[in-house]
Amino acid sequence: MQDMQPQSSNEEILLEATDLTKIFSPKTKPTVALDSLSVAAKAGQVTGFVGPDGAGKTTLLRTAAGLIIPSSGSMHVLGHDVVDDINTIRPQIGYMPQKFGLYEDLTVQENLDLYADLQGVPIAERTSRYARLMKMTDLGKFTDRMAGQLSGGMKQKLGLACCLVKTPKLLILDEPTVGVDPVSRRDLWEIVYELVATDNVSVVLSTAYLDEAERCDTVILLKKKKKIAEGAPKEFRKPVQNRVFQVTPPTEVAPRDVQAQLMQRDDVVDATIRSGQIRLVVSKGFEKAQPSLAADVAAAVVPVPPVFEDFFVDTLGKNDAVGLAEKGVQETSPAQEEQGGVTAHSSSADSIVVDVKGLTKKFDSFTAVQNISFQVERGKIFGLLGANGAGKTTTFRMLCGLLKATDGEVVVAGQDMRRAPAVARSRIGYMAQKFSLYQQLTVERNLLFYSTAYGLSKAKRQERIEWALEEFELEPKRRVAAESLPGGYKQRLAMAAAMLHEPDILFLDEPTSGADPIARREFWLRINRFAQQGVAVIVTTHFMEEAEYCDSLLIMAQGETLARGTPEEIRSLAITPDNPSPTVEDAFIALAERNISPS
Amino acid sequence: MASWMRLRGFIRKEMLQIKRDPSSLLLGIFMPVFLLIIFGYGVSLDPQDVPVALVIEDNGPDAQDIAARFKLSPYFKSRVAHSMPEATQLLEQGIVDGIVYIQNNFSAELTFEKRAPVQIILNGVDANRARILEGYIQAAVLGWYAIRQARDGVESPFPLEVESRIWFNSAPNSTYSLVPGLLTLIMTLTGTLLTALVIAREWERGTMEALLTTPIRTNEMLLGKTIPYFILGILGMALAVALGVTLFNVPLRGSLVVLFVFSSVFLLAALGFGLFISAVTRVQFVAAMASVIAGFLPAFFLSGLLFDLKSTPAFIQLLSYVVPAKYFVTIAQTLFLAGNVWSALLPAAIVLTMMAFILLALARKKMVRRLPI
Repeated sequence: MQDMQPQSSNEEILLEATDLTKIFSPKTKPTVALDSLSVAAKAGQVTGFVGPDGAGKTTLLRTAAGLIIPSSGSMHVLGHDVVDDINTIRPQIGYMPQKFGLYEDLTVQENLDLYADLQGVPIAERTSRYARLMKMTDLGKFTDRMAGQLSGGMKQKLGLACCLVKTPKLLILDEPTVGVDPVSRRDLWEIVYELVATDNVSVVLSTAYLDEAERCDTVILLKKKKKIAEGAPKEFRKPVQNRVFQVTPPTEVAPRDVQAQLMQRDDVVDATIRSGQIRLVVSKGFEKAQPSLAADVAAAVVPVPPVFEDFFVDTLGKNDAVGLAEKGVQETSPAQEEQGGVTAHSSSADSIVVDVKGLTKKFDSFTAVQNISFQVERGKIFGLLGANGAGKTTTFRMLCGLLKATDGEVVVAGQDMRRAPAVARSRIGYMAQKFSLYQQLTVERNLLFYSTAYGLSKAKRQERIEWALEEFELEPKRRVAAESLPGGYKQRLAMAAAMLHEPDILFLDEPTSGADPIARREFWLRINRFAQQGVAVIVTTHFMEEAEYCDSLLIMAQGETLARGTPEEIRSLAITPDNPSPTVEDAFIALAERNISPS
Repeated sequence: MASWMRLRGFIRKEMLQIKRDPSSLLLGIFMPVFLLIIFGYGVSLDPQDVPVALVIEDNGPDAQDIAARFKLSPYFKSRVAHSMPEATQLLEQGIVDGIVYIQNNFSAELTFEKRAPVQIILNGVDANRARILEGYIQAAVLGWYAIRQARDGVESPFPLEVESRIWFNSAPNSTYSLVPGLLTLIMTLTGTLLTALVIAREWERGTMEALLTTPIRTNEMLLGKTIPYFILGILGMALAVALGVTLFNVPLRGSLVVLFVFSSVFLLAALGFGLFISAVTRVQFVAAMASVIAGFLPAFFLSGLLFDLKSTPAFIQLLSYVVPAKYFVTIAQTLFLAGNVWSALLPAAIVLTMMAFILLALARKKMVRRLPI
């Protein structure tokens, strides 16, 4: 094992689940978390578990780490049973939970020391081990800093370093990159592959980012507690071969509108905006639809090579979520045309509904938000992008009048938020990051409560509740308690509650966080429709690719403006000879590195 | 296969967390001082207009003089009762807090024996107040003696035999018995309340999930959580003993070593209970509530620290048998006020040891190595 080559052809199985079933609280409220799942991960590889929320990824990894006892079936890690031989397994694995498992009141060094002690790393070996980990994670300058004061990306790296104080045979990472900035995500993958190559570590991880699935050696796709597919990423591309196209919309047309139009077609499975162009997946058997597509949108359509995400949406996208989304778009298409005319010729100064100048927020010595300025017009979608801890939520709270700005001006719907927040608030719809729903109340009761809270008249209340149930397709769940709604429905209900009083401005704080790609697509289609109806939408997200759905955006990093403009303008900042058509994520990485290099 | 390195690393981590968390130091060190001062000074009272019943059966001038001292004193609001049964009734009804009784042979005894009895009966439900009242009544009688001396111009021995009886509370509680009681509270605070939070905190912050996948054993985790808080609890206890002895002159009649040994046993029981709560609830807020309701309040009310359990309903008395604090209050009060009375100490110590063992075993049982799903 000492001279093993990277990517070795060793077929040794390090993790093997056989008919693995897990039922949570079997007596009181049985919930299936894993349904007779059989999967295996090979040595010397990076195996990725990919799937929508609630597919069973975390339960699977926790079972592998010995944290959960299977209800039936078995799980073997490194050849040992996780129930009987867990003490043999533990010293040989490294496990990083979603929350990283760091002690925030201990320094970086103290966290490392603790895990080194727990893993029984001999004192003599520590100096060289620490040096290597610090070099790998770039945390060497911060050894005396409290873990709680690190940025999201640094916490992730420290969490990883703690798993690596003793080189594990198997490294288990549960959604290691969620909410972390693109630079840190990229660094993490570099570390992972370095370990696989030089330390003979095998890695098993779960991820919600489909582009990361592309970087795994083997991808196992999970859905509804079962395995759907397994293979190398390139094998996943085969089924969608010849079915992926790129549409370049004419310059005078917004890509978003073309996307919406294309989604209405029955032969289109998926349409997303990437780098200002529309990426299209057509249904099986419609490989020859290219000319008809081109004619439909009066745009150039060229075939492009598929990626993992195309397969994902093709396989999972035919479920209710996208079905509903398509229906939603069709329903409102007459309204779109009607509203389209209104928005087209109303971009005068009075259409600016949110005007932010030099917004700054300081908490004692810590500056959370530094000199942020932007404007949002009626009918436009404005995106506030950044990693966790970049200052997005703080900015948001100031916009809604929930937090007093230290400096700067915020004018929302013509009202100065510092003087008359209450007046402006009646024009704002706000959806908080943790959906503010009353868990025990039914969908209908929640809506009734919010309509009363917004002071709607009795007749109006009924009308708006019916509208919300219809618009957000909540009718079938009318009498279901909010707590028992599936994730996507919760998000819809929260948004419905924020829209009851017909606000002009909609604030959405991380609405797509924790949602799977399909729910996220559905969500953006809905947002798009509200924008077309003249609502100004301000949305925060840490998914960089969602920037493409916005009319204009502001990228934040450490409380400051990293870039501001349309998606196209931002992308153009990162154009290099090597990368002629960068994504917004590429731009973020380029800008972040430019930001660091002068200092 | 316990590992010294793992245990040491874990203990060091706990120590660092205690050091950095102001609330644990506040509860462990500041709280004992605060409680001592509150109970030692704050709960005493300056009597004013205290209602007392005077039963003066003797008509002689001396007896009337004594009665007059009470009538004139700003501290008392005296009323004349015509017989002891009447005065007793007033005391029982809570209309008066004390009775001063001078029998009909007072003058005769004073004249012929040069020594006459004055009986004082006090309501002992509020032990502190009773003690202080006793002092004021004695001062009033001494005042009479001083004036009598000055008038006669002769040195004469104190002619009265002041006989105090405290009703409703056989052994008068006071600062003396409060300090031993406080030890119980202080160790319950650090032992149960503080530790109830520590495992729950690991669950809430997600560190437990990471910890459980390392080679650490449950016994090491139990020891690692117990030892630092044991030290903190013993420090708080030592501080309270030192302050009680120096500041309030509480006598420590028993052995200091015995006190520390039995305190350790009680502290282990309290720690076991705290860790048990923490392991079961896994949520800091619930753990805090549970430890106050099931740990702190019983230690306060059901331990015999505040009032004599003999005067409580049978049900409450029965309930008090499962409260570890009850046994430690007995031990501490015995050691402070009586000495190494093994007949009183041993039974309580045996029960307490058993409780400590059971509670720690329960905590151990509830500290699972898997996620609670």
